[in-house]
Amino acid sequence: MQSIVHVCLAGLSSGMFIWLVASGLTLIFGVLGVLNFAHGSFYMLGAYFSFALVRALWPHFYLAMVLGTLGVCVLGYVVERFFLRAVYKLDLPYQLLLTFAFVLIFDNLVKLIWGAGALSAPSGLGPLEGSVSIVGRRFPVYSLFVIAVGPLVALALWAALERTWIGRIVRAASSDREMASALGVPVPALFTGVFVFGTWLGAIGGALAVPYVGLMTTGMGESIIIDAFIVAVIGGLGSLKGAFLGALVIGVLSAFGTRFFPTFDMFLTFILMAAVLLWRPRGLFGAAR
Amino acid sequence: MGRKASLAAWLLVLAILVAIPFSTGKFATYLTIRVMLLGIFAIGYNLLLGQTGLLSFGHGAFYAAGAYGLGLFSLHVSSHPLLGIAAGVAAAALLALFIGFFCVRSNEVYFAMLTLAFGMMVFALVWNASDVTGGDDGLIGVVRAPVALGPVRLSIARDPQLYFLVLPLFGLCVWTAKRIRQSPFGLVLAGIRENPIRTQFGGIAVHRYRLAVFVLSASFAGLAGALEVLLESGARPFMAHWTHSAEPILVGLLGGLGTLTGPLVGSLFFIAMREIVQRFTENWMLGFGVILLVVIMGFRGGVVGTLAHWLATLRARGEA
Repeated sequence: MQSIVHVCLAGLSSGMFIWLVASGLTLIFGVLGVLNFAHGSFYMLGAYFSFALVRALWPHFYLAMVLGTLGVCVLGYVVERFFLRAVYKLDLPYQLLLTFAFVLIFDNLVKLIWGAGALSAPSGLGPLEGSVSIVGRRFPVYSLFVIAVGPLVALALWAALERTWIGRIVRAASSDREMASALGVPVPALFTGVFVFGTWLGAIGGALAVPYVGLMTTGMGESIIIDAFIVAVIGGLGSLKGAFLGALVIGVLSAFGTRFFPTFDMFLTFILMAAVLLWRPRGLFGAAR
Repeated sequence: MGRKASLAAWLLVLAILVAIPFSTGKFATYLTIRVMLLGIFAIGYNLLLGQTGLLSFGHGAFYAAGAYGLGLFSLHVSSHPLLGIAAGVAAAALLALFIGFFCVRSNEVYFAMLTLAFGMMVFALVWNASDVTGGDDGLIGVVRAPVALGPVRLSIARDPQLYFLVLPLFGLCVWTAKRIRQSPFGLVLAGIRENPIRTQFGGIAVHRYRLAVFVLSASFAGLAGALEVLLESGARPFMAHWTHSAEPILVGLLGGLGTLTGPLVGSLFFIAMREIVQRFTENWMLGFGVILLVVIMGFRGGVVGTLAHWLATLRARGEA
């Protein structure tokens, strides 16, 4: 019982990172219609940027996190404004390949700047350090913090999209670009804004992951984007609700896999993905197209 | 180009290819083999992307299936190269049948995501099952045994000898792809690319055709992978990685999508560029990314498309 609770908690906290990445991916896909392969790279850049700033701004950990993720947003702006915008009208393969080109470029640049090896993260998180006792075993406070952040982000996203004026405009532009544009919505600027915000969600995931995993590798973006894709397939591409649920399921499932069947660990998620596809090819909450 | 001119051009290319091992050095022969392997991979891939309009991000998995299929067959069953190649191609086709079953029902974005996810599953499998596959060291120690055909034993131990095993297979692949493009099957594929719903209304089982071309293009990838193991005497797990899956896409884009010659010209450019970039820097990935970016932003027709466009403009000017 004790261990099951702890495995669930660990799964929930790792699921939250997948959710942060999948939420940005889903938002960008839902509004812009672009599947952004480079989203995992933004996650990785969020980690490396805030890591570099933590060293410079020590001990202002949270300030470094904010500034680092804003730095990633600048890159997101450049990618959307100067490259992606030029290919919206083209066939889908070109859009996918353009974002893939940025995966190659960003991953290689990170290797050039920080080296190919793993970097270990600095410790010392102020009030979030240490652990609390849950059903008779210690659990890190920071993981609880991460578990809290995920639903907060989900709630904020839902409120922003469904309850605010700007959210209504974003939904309008995503359902019919031409009509929104005819009604005076500056669609290109709106797309840039959504892309940059989605980038920020991915980057914040990466920054939060630094103290959680303890070390950073250039492959971290790649492994999380695969997870985020699986989540999108399970939840239904473009559905934030599906992404949230899918991320939790994948997080918990792989935590159980690692704990109880270490050899088949990664296959559990793929088996789940295949099963969902057989049952509902568009994912749990995917719209029929 | 007329039929005769086209035939003459193909014969000229064939003559050059036959002459290469006799007239150039070892390294040029080796590089030409690499161009042909990438060409096989890219031609097969182009049947899927150029002809049917499906973007797969998981073809590295089939390349690896061919490679590990030949490698394992050669180490544990028989080292006969032709049997090994058959085993590799069969492994790739079977894997494609399994993965394709889940993927071909989806369109565009979903298809790309699913093939990527399944491809990375294969990569993780190869990486983790180190008892069988050698893990991150790869599968090593595959020997180039002679090709025994009845009483005749043809050695392929040296690169120029291997070259004459690769060349006919390469020719066979080009010919097959050419025939497929002109066949009723190829026309159905083009119909699926242009409008899958109308094709379905025409009474054609779109999913079956997609699965068929998926398995077919995976077999090409498997052949290329198997031949690479013979060339390099081993298989590497990164053959299944998604950066490798992206190579035939870039090759197709470089040469020009949707044409038969595009992937071949693209392979030549790709290998040449990689050799040049690697002379100066180890950061080939960065170069790869920048080239991809430039092609997408500026030269979407690729080499073949851009040249054709220039020729057309020149001709128009001459007539005016």
